[in-house]
Amino acid sequence: MSGVVAAGAHQTGESVIFWVLAVASVAAALGMILVRKVVYSALLLAVVMLSLAVFYAVNEAPFLAFVQVIVYTGAVLMLFLFVVMVVGVSSTESMVETIRGQRVAAAVAGIAFVALLILGFGHATLPATTGLKDANAAGGNVLGLARLIFTKYVFAFEVTSALLITAALGAMVLAHRERITPKPTQRQLSEARIRSDRVSPLPPPGTYARHNAVDMPALLPDGTVSELSVSPVIARRRGGTHEDLHGELPEVAAKHEATTLRAVVERQVEVDSKVEEKEK
Amino acid sequence: MTTLLADPQLHAQAAQGVQSAAWLLIAFPLAGAAILLLGGRRTDKWGHLLGVAMSLASFVVGVAVFVSMLGQPGTGRSRVVHLYQWVSVGSFKADMNLLIDPLSISFVLLITGVGSLIHIYSIGYMSHDPDRRRFFAYLNLFVAAMLLLVLADNYLSLYVGWEGVGLASYLLIGFWQHKPSAAAAAKKAFIVNRVGDFGLSVAIMLMFATFGSVSFQDVFGHASQASHGTITAIGLLLLLGACGKSAQLPLQSWLLDAMEGPTPVSALIHAATMVTAGVYLVVRSHAIFELSPEARLLVMIVGAATLIAGAIIGCAKDDIKKALAGSTMSQIGYMMLAAGIGKAGYVFAIAHLIAHGFFKAGLFLGAGSIMHGMNDDVDMRKFGGLRKVMPITFATFGLGYLAIIGFPGLSGWWTKDGIIDAAFEKGGTSGQILGWTALIGAGITAYYMSRVMFMTFFGERRWDEDVHPHESPQVMTIPLILLALGSIAAGAFLIAGDRFANFLAPVIGAPQVAHKLITPYTGVVFVLMVAGVAIAYVQYLRRPVPRTAPAGSFPVVAARKDLYGDALNESLLMRPGQWLTRLTVYFDSRTVDGLVNGVAAFVGGTSGRVRRLQTGYVRSYALSMFFGAALIVGALLLVRL
Amino acid sequence: MTGHYLVLSAILFTIGGVGVLIRRNAIVIFMCVELMLNATNLAFVSFSRMHGTLDGQIIAFFVMVVAAAEVVVGLAIIMAIFRSRKSSSVDDANLLKY
Repeated sequence: MSGVVAAGAHQTGESVIFWVLAVASVAAALGMILVRKVVYSALLLAVVMLSLAVFYAVNEAPFLAFVQVIVYTGAVLMLFLFVVMVVGVSSTESMVETIRGQRVAAAVAGIAFVALLILGFGHATLPATTGLKDANAAGGNVLGLARLIFTKYVFAFEVTSALLITAALGAMVLAHRERITPKPTQRQLSEARIRSDRVSPLPPPGTYARHNAVDMPALLPDGTVSELSVSPVIARRRGGTHEDLHGELPEVAAKHEATTLRAVVERQVEVDSKVEEKEK
Repeated sequence: MTTLLADPQLHAQAAQGVQSAAWLLIAFPLAGAAILLLGGRRTDKWGHLLGVAMSLASFVVGVAVFVSMLGQPGTGRSRVVHLYQWVSVGSFKADMNLLIDPLSISFVLLITGVGSLIHIYSIGYMSHDPDRRRFFAYLNLFVAAMLLLVLADNYLSLYVGWEGVGLASYLLIGFWQHKPSAAAAAKKAFIVNRVGDFGLSVAIMLMFATFGSVSFQDVFGHASQASHGTITAIGLLLLLGACGKSAQLPLQSWLLDAMEGPTPVSALIHAATMVTAGVYLVVRSHAIFELSPEARLLVMIVGAATLIAGAIIGCAKDDIKKALAGSTMSQIGYMMLAAGIGKAGYVFAIAHLIAHGFFKAGLFLGAGSIMHGMNDDVDMRKFGGLRKVMPITFATFGLGYLAIIGFPGLSGWWTKDGIIDAAFEKGGTSGQILGWTALIGAGITAYYMSRVMFMTFFGERRWDEDVHPHESPQVMTIPLILLALGSIAAGAFLIAGDRFANFLAPVIGAPQVAHKLITPYTGVVFVLMVAGVAIAYVQYLRRPVPRTAPAGSFPVVAARKDLYGDALNESLLMRPGQWLTRLTVYFDSRTVDGLVNGVAAFVGGTSGRVRRLQTGYVRSYALSMFFGAALIVGALLLVRL
Repeated sequence: MTGHYLVLSAILFTIGGVGVLIRRNAIVIFMCVELMLNATNLAFVSFSRMHGTLDGQIIAFFVMVVAAAEVVVGLAIIMAIFRSRKSSSVDDANLLKY
């Protein structure tokens, strides 16, 4: 793929790819920092990273392009999403700025920074692009990188391995929670359960309801909502208890309810009549 | 220079035989002090015996050295015992040497002899004191320091001994430190002595600056080459040191308060030995004083003034120890006067010093014996009629009394008359003035000593009701008897036939004229003495002595108040000093502290405002970093474009 | 084309930087940091192509490794902070101040 795009004849093709993806990635990056919900941010970041992967491929770096997809989009972003899941409660943040003048200052600094950088690039005289044809000639891009890594950069490479080990250990230490009370035994757990108000398991969500989403509380036989059926974390994320069962406004839900009920009743009537007909 | 000290070849003669063991003189009492002080309470039982033994051992060594010296020819009696090199800094060298010559051996015998007697006496006197061991430790320390003072062959070692006796004096005056008066007296003695010690230390520095050495040999040998001004300055500074140690005007105020110490201390340190160190210093430095008539004149004036002042103070004191202390001042004034006269006076100064050591130690120990029997009361107005109940004390005290007033034939007569003669023989108006001062002083001496004698031993009994006087135990009376023998015979032994003058000649030069026993002034002295005794007889024996002191006329009140010496010190030195201190404190707290505090307050206030930048918001910090990055990019562009 | 890539890289980098400054959620801030790292990687890769050597790609590779390590530790820290303060806002962790 890289060989195809890198060829001088395909200069136009590269331009097209660049402009399309440049606009897309900048838009996605801007969106990432502007949307309220963290999950959207993560997804928009994925867009940026995938665009960059394509840029790497275009820039005759197929190995990096795949690493970008696998490591970044695959691993790192998944990690982000896991954490968002755990931390999820406050994952929607208020966009009201609390530090006075922070946004204006950040905008000024950002504009000044990018303007200065672009000014600098504009003044720079860049040499003609050499291309990596020669470098990738002997065995291709991956072999070329491997040759460098295990010769010229072998020390940095080894140090990197040490860094990764340390980071893994550090993450374990940080995420580890010290147990300060003895672990309760099966007997203790069961005794505590018998002593508590509820002996039976909690009702699962969605039971007797029309949705099977985990944030949809169960309906009790008398038609009321069971708060216990929804995890408090999820309930809090939805912003309080469920006034309606369908995620809709109360009036709409009431109308919906009525329609459904009528349909059920009609259907029941139909079924009943069909049964009667058969019996006849 | 007529002394042998000027001759380095003779002076460099090293000691041999028993004299090379002279370091034992100092080592014995020093070891005693160390053992007793470091041993603590476990030495309580035998501490006093060790103290006496060490003092006696030192005395035995002193006698042995003295005897071996007598076996040497008269001109070769100055020997040096080299112990070790003490200081060697650049061109400055000081050896720890002991100089054994007739002058120093005289002092050694006096210090160890009288000192041993007082040690023995103290066994009895301090027998009821729980801290007797500590007392003997300090006494031994004193003996060691005093011996170092007189045996030093350079001014630096002498200074060590000088300070050592000052320390011992301080410790012993304040021995009963639970008494505020004793603690204050000890401090006073120490501080007043500091003024004198300052003079001595500056004198030593001046010697080093002038001669490049502080050894007696070098200083005296080159004294004639130094400028007259320098020599006079050294002489005056040495005199200041001597005044401090010997309680001479104007540094006399501490001696009377020093009587707060135990009586043996008053006898040994503040009568017989330490206070005479000033006289020793002047006589030892005679080579310097002989080159400076001005300094010598001042020595004489100081001596004469103290002689009269001490005698007047002695007349008015009802405290038996303070009366004797005034007498001590006065007698040392005689010695100073004699030392200032020059060649004609040295012998009498030292002879009077030794005789005084005997009779004044005897008088003080007698006073201690009386106090021992009178429940430690010192007020003579509550004594009276003690001669019957304390016969031995009376006899020995009486002999000391006769010796000090110059009764013909006893010690004081020989030596004091010699001083008076020497003053008159000095010639000129100054000689006449000094001579008559000494004469009048002798009359006053007879008066106040008779007063002490009559009020204590004669007349009616004015004792307190619960007092039951008794004779002291033998351990106290035997030293008294031995000292009384010294009071009788020392003068005649030393002066008759110019024995002492010939003995001292290698050090201070031979007397120019043989001493005449009977001079025109002998009669005058005798008449004045009789007159003094007679006045005292009329006042204190014919009339009853009131138990409380009468108001008294102005001179009496003045004398009771030590001639306003303390008031003078307070108004001239203490109050201006206090004002200066307050001024300095004010300056320090307002100006210096104000400046420092102002700077601190400014920095603190500014920091308090600046620290608000530290908001704790990581995004604020990131913002400043981002601005910084933009600035760096901008700066790079500016440089490159 | 290198100039274009560089400008794009600068723009993305700046967007990431501004994002760090204006967002309070620690996770989003981490994402913005990642964005900045990726922007530099783009510059490295395009320089590598311009010079005709593979060194730039190697450096970009190392940056990725370091970024991965950083994400692991950083997210662990966020988790720890969240556990103790029930918040992932960086403004809430502001005890270290005057």
